[in-house]
Amino acid sequence: MPQPIRESALPNNLPEDLKPLAWLRKPDWPALHKKFRPWLQFKVIAGGGTLTLFVLLAVLATFVSPFDPNRQDLMMAMTEPQYFSGPHFLGTDHVGRDILSRCIHGARVSLVIALSVVVISGAVGVFLGVVSGYFGKTTDFCIQKLVEVMWAFPPLLLAIAVLAFLGQGLAILIMALTLQRWIPFCRVNRANALTLKEREFVVAARSLGATHTRIIMKHLLPNLMQSALVIGTFAMASAIIAEAALSFLGLGVPPSTPTWGGMLADGRTYISTSWWMALFPGMCIFVTVLAINMLGDALRDILDPKLKRSGAR
Amino acid sequence: MIAYFIRRLVGTIPVILMISLLVFLLLHAAPGDPAEMLAGDQASEADILEARARWGLDQPVLVQYWRFLINALSFDFGRSFRYDESVMGLIAERFPASLELAIFATLLAIAIGVPLGVWAGSKPNSWVDHVGSIGGFFGISMPNFWLGIMLVLLLAGSLNILPSSGRHTFGVPDDPITGFLLIDSILGLNWESFKDAMIYLIMPAFVLGINMTGILMRVTRSSMLETLSEDFIMTARAKGLDERSVIWRHGFRNALILVITVVGLEFGALLSGSIIVETIFSWPGIGNLLLQGLTARDYPLITGVVIVYTSLFVVVNLIVDICYAAADPRIRLAK
Repeated sequence: MPQPIRESALPNNLPEDLKPLAWLRKPDWPALHKKFRPWLQFKVIAGGGTLTLFVLLAVLATFVSPFDPNRQDLMMAMTEPQYFSGPHFLGTDHVGRDILSRCIHGARVSLVIALSVVVISGAVGVFLGVVSGYFGKTTDFCIQKLVEVMWAFPPLLLAIAVLAFLGQGLAILIMALTLQRWIPFCRVNRANALTLKEREFVVAARSLGATHTRIIMKHLLPNLMQSALVIGTFAMASAIIAEAALSFLGLGVPPSTPTWGGMLADGRTYISTSWWMALFPGMCIFVTVLAINMLGDALRDILDPKLKRSGAR
Repeated sequence: MIAYFIRRLVGTIPVILMISLLVFLLLHAAPGDPAEMLAGDQASEADILEARARWGLDQPVLVQYWRFLINALSFDFGRSFRYDESVMGLIAERFPASLELAIFATLLAIAIGVPLGVWAGSKPNSWVDHVGSIGGFFGISMPNFWLGIMLVLLLAGSLNILPSSGRHTFGVPDDPITGFLLIDSILGLNWESFKDAMIYLIMPAFVLGINMTGILMRVTRSSMLETLSEDFIMTARAKGLDERSVIWRHGFRNALILVITVVGLEFGALLSGSIIVETIFSWPGIGNLLLQGLTARDYPLITGVVIVYTSLFVVVNLIVDICYAAADPRIRLAK
């Protein structure tokens, strides 16, 4: 049962913004502006805005898309983009499905797959990286060998091989995309953990008898989150491209699901007659990835400028 | 230097062993009997027995892996059942085309990305810098399969100035010596066939290299920015060197190491990209072959191409590490 905090019970010398209900007082505009100054830049606003738009479209796909993405209408097949003069804003594909609706639903598939890939690979990579850096010795050696072997495969080729041998499906697709994506997390976090574990606060915690688990969870991980967030943003961009590439090759999710890569593959077949079938889904991929990359670049400059040197894009 | 080379060469052996183990495990994790998979859909009972004997599938797992390793190391992957030819023969026939495309794409990326990056980095916050950094962002975010399709539509379709697919015009004389059309035509002093090969090569190579171009542009720019703020640059300027030699002889030299690293790192991505780009441009290389294998579920072919691609990547990484050590003595002396 939390006790209500009495103001008199608090020390008088608390910093202004830590006093209870600080946010209720009149905002200190110059201070706020100074605090959020780095965030007010073109890359964050444009990248973040575009990404928010796509996320909203993906979440609300069933409500905002004008047609059912799988509704076929052969009478209307390969209609040119009508913009505001007809029902099919961006035209239709070879079996008369509405391109705009499929693009909106494709955003859902792309973003969900990319997000799960990034979350899983982030969790695995950060964990292995911290363990590797913190414990060192044999543990470190084994994990680093694993990194070296996985890194020896050209990216995407391993995913293609896995999908070729194990068959297709959402779970296998996510696994195939995760296989190499955890490595940057692991490398950077290992290096960070190596320097962090020598720091005074970790040594102090150790001498107070804290367990390894507690040190990793309470003292190391909070310090690693920022760089993980930055790497995660770039991993998201590459996961979207990789997913689209696999769908383009026909190795992604089943063809009935609308995906940007799959639409592009259809579009390629009919490229000589209907350019719009390939233009718009590709544009969606490009714009989303561009937005994420810009956001990631700004995030890196703000949160973790050191990463620039470690080669994470 | 030689000691470093040997140490680095020995270091790749466990990696290659693990790669082969991973591919072996994948082959076994696949649903169904590996012998039936390796023998193909229309295989008779005898074919399956033959495949079982060839890959040693009637033996214990460790022996199987040993056989697989020996086969893989001697580049013997059996027969492709889509083409009914030896997999190695198929790969050897198409390998030069792939390598030519990949190398030319890398060179093109360096030729475009590095000078632009140096230019942008030596004039921070000028219009060159702004245009360059937008271009860099476009480059790293561009899905090359989309760019490929769009360029085919524009340059081969509407404008009709470049061919949309293939590697050379039927009937243009070529004298195969190495299998690399550009080198062959230079060796044979055949200007017409050189021009022909170049026309076919330029668009796929640009598309394949677009991501690397963007990354190189960004990396060169930021490392130029960093280098140009160092003291020795001020010294070089103070002693009256002209700006061009300050930038290229003193600044760029130091940025070069990072460029080598990035080329090495991104070459793997470029190789995987070549699978898709070769498909789009019907380039007769092993990436295209892999896709044919994928649609036909031709497992010996897939195994072969995957191992060849990966070995190529390992070799390239080795070469990059050695260039790197040659360029910077601190690296070979460390450890």
